[in-house]
Amino acid sequence: MALSKILPAGQDQFAGARNLIINGAMQVAQRGTQTNQTTAFTACDRFDIAVNGAAIMTTSQDTTVPSGQGFSNSLKIDVTTADSSLAASDLALLRHKIEAQNLQHLLYGTSDAKNITLSFWVRSPKTGTHIIELRHANASYYNSQAYTINTADTWQNVTVTFDGYTAAAFNNDNGLGLVIDWWLAAGSTFSGGTLASNTWQNTDANRTVGQVNCVDNAANNFYLTGVQLEVGSTATDFEHRSYGDELARCQRYYETSTATDYFSGLDGSNIYLSHEFAVVKRAAPTMTYTVSQSSGSINSLTASTDHYRWAISGTSVGAWSGVLVKADAEL
Amino acid sequence: MDEMTITSAQYVTNIDGSNMAVKTTINKKEMFVSIDPANRHYAEIMRQVDAGELTIAEAD
Repeated sequence: MALSKILPAGQDQFAGARNLIINGAMQVAQRGTQTNQTTAFTACDRFDIAVNGAAIMTTSQDTTVPSGQGFSNSLKIDVTTADSSLAASDLALLRHKIEAQNLQHLLYGTSDAKNITLSFWVRSPKTGTHIIELRHANASYYNSQAYTINTADTWQNVTVTFDGYTAAAFNNDNGLGLVIDWWLAAGSTFSGGTLASNTWQNTDANRTVGQVNCVDNAANNFYLTGVQLEVGSTATDFEHRSYGDELARCQRYYETSTATDYFSGLDGSNIYLSHEFAVVKRAAPTMTYTVSQSSGSINSLTASTDHYRWAISGTSVGAWSGVLVKADAEL
Repeated sequence: MDEMTITSAQYVTNIDGSNMAVKTTINKKEMFVSIDPANRHYAEIMRQVDAGELTIAEAD
């Protein structure tokens, strides 16, 4: 019997943990299509956009995908209001944020800091230079690199390797550690300098030199899928995870109840009801709710990392409410 | 870049009377924000409180 056997990537004992990105195949979209967005979480879980300036987007989970790669979904960013004349401080970018305690094995802040490789499929409305960037949130340092889109509105696979950062470690906690920025547009504040490719630096003007403006027309659509971040200097095949696996990972940060609670027979005093979350949250979350029909009132909605509790009262016997809740523990 | 416009804030108490959350309106949306420094909404509320830009009212 062979003493050892080397299996293809994705079939070894570490399968499921190689990709540091959650929802890289855009399978999970708990929020659904989001309209009139500037800075907000997108339709696809764990990805958000940031905008300063005139641009407004609609984001959705789309079925436009690169052929033959096994993906069923992509994140679509539809520019609905353009920013064709960028002011110095204008920006538009797509982000993915990673929890600091999940990055300890990168050994940042030591001489053994590991290289990491990001790969993704992108379909941009613009040809030319695009900037992809890592942001070390605990040190406020950036590592920016350019990639070139050769043909507009055509899927392209991109692979970029980033050197490890030896000067500062990630906090070992549940806070923000690393941010990946896909730049869509950048004013001169961020692009007016000299690109320091694959160099950890903290000068804003050197971050996005050459970035084309992907939000200059309301006809523009930007797509992304197949996002993978892994240790080492080589991109391996995308690690396809099950929907249930990805959903549970996403629910650490955001969860929406799928059933509506109804009450009847309220007599004017508070009643309290607790529900456990499907997944323990990263932090005690922010709670919001939607009332589908009510003659009572929601007096409180409180939460810890593993459950939420709300108090509801009605003004008369027979009052009732239908309530759908959302828990947000995003970074 | 992650600007939050907070227009009201009031503590919400648990059954035992302790402060458990902040009922607030952020970017025109009503929210119940848990009292947890790792919660990004609570962190922003406290940043604005420390800067003298916001006051959290006591619970009713």
